Formats: sequence, C-alpha cells, structure tokens
Amino acid sequence: MNIRRIALISVPYLWLLALFMVPFLIVFKISLSDIALAIPPYTPTLDISGGWTEVRSFFSQLDFENFEFLATDDLYWKSYLSSLKIAFISTFICLLVGFPIAYGMANAPKEWQPTLMLLVILPFWTSFLIRVYSLIGILSQEGMLNQFLMWIGLIGEPLTILNTNIAVYIGIVYTYCPFMILPIYATLIKLDGSLLEAAEDLGCSRTEAFWRITVPLSKAGIIAGCFLVFIPALGEFVIPSLLGGSDTLMIGKVLYEEFFANRDWPVAGAVAVILLLILIVPIVLYQRNEQKIMEAEK
Amino acid sequence: MRRLTWFNATSLTLGFAFLYIPMIIVIVYSFNESRLVTVWGGFSTKWYGELLQNEAFLDAAWVTFKVGLVSSIIATILGTMGAYVLVRGGRFFGRTLFSGMIYAPLVMPEVITGLSLLLLFISIGLDRGLFTIILAHATFSMCYVSVVVSSRLVSFDRSVEEAALDLGCTPFEAFRLVTLPIIAPAVISGWLLALTLSLDDLVIASFVAGPSATTLPIKVFSSIRLGVSPEINALSTILIGIVTIGTFAASLTTKRAVMRKDRERRLAEQ
Repeated sequence: MNIRRIALISVPYLWLLALFMVPFLIVFKISLSDIALAIPPYTPTLDISGGWTEVRSFFSQLDFENFEFLATDDLYWKSYLSSLKIAFISTFICLLVGFPIAYGMANAPKEWQPTLMLLVILPFWTSFLIRVYSLIGILSQEGMLNQFLMWIGLIGEPLTILNTNIAVYIGIVYTYCPFMILPIYATLIKLDGSLLEAAEDLGCSRTEAFWRITVPLSKAGIIAGCFLVFIPALGEFVIPSLLGGSDTLMIGKVLYEEFFANRDWPVAGAVAVILLLILIVPIVLYQRNEQKIMEAEK
Repeated sequence: MRRLTWFNATSLTLGFAFLYIPMIIVIVYSFNESRLVTVWGGFSTKWYGELLQNEAFLDAAWVTFKVGLVSSIIATILGTMGAYVLVRGGRFFGRTLFSGMIYAPLVMPEVITGLSLLLLFISIGLDRGLFTIILAHATFSMCYVSVVVSSRLVSFDRSVEEAALDLGCTPFEAFRLVTLPIIAPAVISGWLLALTLSLDDLVIASFVAGPSATTLPIKVFSSIRLGVSPEINALSTILIGIVTIGTFAASLTTKRAVMRKDRERRLAEQ
C-alpha cells in the first residue's frame, strides 16, 4: 500500500462520502427533527460545544413523529400510491410502444441500423425540459392533437388533456421511451434468427414463434427497460408539475412543495426517506437482472 | 430474419413520428410571425432576435455554460479515478460502500439528491450560488463517467499495462502512456455525458442555486409555467440544433475512426 494508491482511492472516496453519504445522513437526521420557526427551520440543532449532555439531549429530542404524520395524513400515502400507479401504468404503456419500435429496428435492413439507433439516441441527448415543453403546445385545448382529432371528426369539442393525469402518462411515455427501446433492441439484435426458422420448420406459426421464442429470449432486455422507466418515473417532478393538474399527486412534486412552499423541512426529509425505501425494491431487482445479463454474456 | 415487413415498417414509422413530431412542431412554430402559438401568421425570424436581446436568458445561458464546463471537467477527472479504483483498485477497506456510492446516484431521484445537497450546504454554512451548483453537478455526473469508463477498463487487456510496468514504467507513466490512450474514447464520451447532464439539469440546480445564480433550465422552467411562448420555441430550436449537429458529428467521427482502423488492419494483414 503506497502513498499514491491511497491518494488515488481516497480522493473520489472522500468526495462521495462528503457530497453523497453525509448529505443523505443529514436528510435522515432532519426527518427525525421537529419543525420550528427559526433559521434553519427545525429543532433540535446539534451544538457540540455543549459537551456530552448537549449531545445526549440532542438525540433524545429526535423521534419518528414525522413518519407517524406521513402515515396518518391522507395526502402522503395517497401520493405514494398514486406515484406507484402512474409509474406502473406508464411503464406498461412504454413497453407497448417501445417493443414494436425495438422489434422493427432489430429487423430493419442492416445498413439502416446505425441511423435508426442514432434517431433513438438523439432525443436522449436533447434537453428533457424541452421535450416536455414540446408536449404542452400539442396537448393544450387549442393544440395540434385536438385540432387533428376534430379535423378527422372523431370528437366534436376539444378535450381537456393538458393538466390532467393523462397528460402525465403521455409525458412519461414520450420522454422515457428511448430507455425502453435501447435495452430491448440490444437483446433482440443478438437473437439467433435460425431459432425462428427452426420453429417455423417445425410447424410453428409466425405469431406462435414470436411468443414462444422472441419474447422469452428478450426477457432480460424487457425487464431492464421496464426498470429504467419505472425507477425515474416514480420520483418524477418536472412532468407532473408542467403537464399534470393541481389534482395530480406525485411524490416528487409533493416533496418539492413541502420543502419550498410549506418550508416544512422535517416532513420533506421524511418523505424523501420513505421514497428511497420504496425504491430499494425495484433497484435491487434491476441490479439482479443486470448481473444475470452480464453472466449470460460471459 | 432481416426483412422489412409491413408490421415493422408501420411500427418504425409510427414510433419515430411519435418521438419527433412534437419537436418538429416546436421548431416550425419558432419561425411563426404571430405571438399566438397555435395560429400560423407567416414566416419570421423575429423571435430569435428578441431572444438574443433578452438579458435574463443570456445571463442564464452564460451561467449554465460555466457550470457545465467546470463541473464536467471535475466529474471526468474524479469519475475516471473512481472507475480505475473500482476496476484496478483491488481490495481495500470499504470497497462495497465505494461501489455502492458510485452506482446509487444513477438511480437516486433528483429531488432527493437536490434536497440532501441543499441541506448539506446549509448546515455547513456555504452560500448558495455558482460554486454549489458546480459541486452538486460534479458529484452526480462523476458517477455516470465512472460507469462509462469502467465498462471500457473491464474490457481491455491488462497485460499491456503489465508489460509497460515490466519494461520500467512507473505506475503513473504506465497509466499515462498505455491506459489513458486506450480508455480515451470512453473518457471523452463520459465527459460529453457529464456536460449534457449538467446543461440539462433542472431539479438539482433549483435546489442548490441561490438567487445569485440562475441556470438556463431554471429560467426556462419558470417561463414555461406561464405557458407556451415563441421565444422558448426559438431557444428550443437552437438547443435541438446544437444537439443534432453534435450527435451527428460524433457518430461520423466514430464511423471514420472505425473505417480507418479497418483499413490499417487490412494493410497490416497484406
């Protein structure tokens, strides 16, 4: 163990400890505090100069009151449930939209593939905010979608889409679609075409071969894509606040408002801690799936 | 298997129409004479002129650029070090914690990252502004750089490094002369990713930015909340244009590099 190696390890290590781990511990600590009319707006604050008794009284004042509050107040558990529901449904729609695109890409002529790939990646590099913004003009009352639907005679009066949950679904599907397409495309492109031919030779219909061979063999990509959409969608803030209405409950938005509008830092901290606890399950499942893909490739 | 059936052609057409039509409409309407964003009033570039005279947007763009440049450079250096430690570091105390801290920010909701960093800055009494945004962006984007660089480090042959060491290189020389040139493409794409993430970030910046420093996404967000406007359409068009040119240029350079390598290999084989 020489000095150089210690320096190499400790620089990124200490950086992450100071700017990732410690901040999170602070959030946890504040979630156990109480709101106060002071600067900073919570109590107790730790004063080490007071010695051991001060530290002891500091810890005795921490409690789980905010978590009890979250459990009893409708707003919070409804927001968690509604975030889970919105993230779940939009992940499913994303799969329905993304799979055919990935399938079409994987089966397109070989010389088209780099261009198609580029066309999927391009929105990913484009500003997220601008892509959400581009939907506002389309979904509004006098927007393109309503004009189009009235023009083809499907509806007589403009629908209210913007500022409803439907707009949030459309927004999530639109912005996160590339995350679904890319992993599915990556597994489909590796699929051995001779398996499908063999199935057809053995009397499988095309559709049957699709369900019995293509889908099971692209399972890893489907799972990866679903988690890549579900995990960020759950904590989403920009889409519900720009496309959703006042009755759209999503926990990322609630946290933001709790902190900035209500200035209740302890409750905002508790909301963050619970959100992380909910996220641990999908994150662990996603990691397991990734490990499986890695092992399969070896 | 590679045949373009009707089903595939339809799903590709509809899929890409879905991905691109909203952005194309924004671009088209940025050249609209009328202030009304749903009525076409003739071709005009006047909104670009107004945008370039809007001090608030220009200031915000300058802040965003400075933050993006500095934070992405810090993130690239730290991220490459992190990747090297992960892949070549061997065993050390707290390795699991370290790799956890590299991967966790990738899946952490932005509101939580923003909130926790803000609470840190407040509790150590750091004034919010340019410096805090740079710290925040460097922290989350270094993790993306680490992931990109470490996947490259894993895949290359370690014996070249060992050969350099055997031939008398110091570990640092071996890194600079052998490892760095090999992982350079990954380091560059990691840097581009860090830059894009920083230029794009709204949520974390709005937590850690003080009143003294407003980034472009924060400014855009607050004006979008008031509704669609032709200036924002013009700004979006400029940004989409930059990204499109950048992406195409990057893909052309990679394609050229691949072709050159192919040619060199063929020449070597002759």
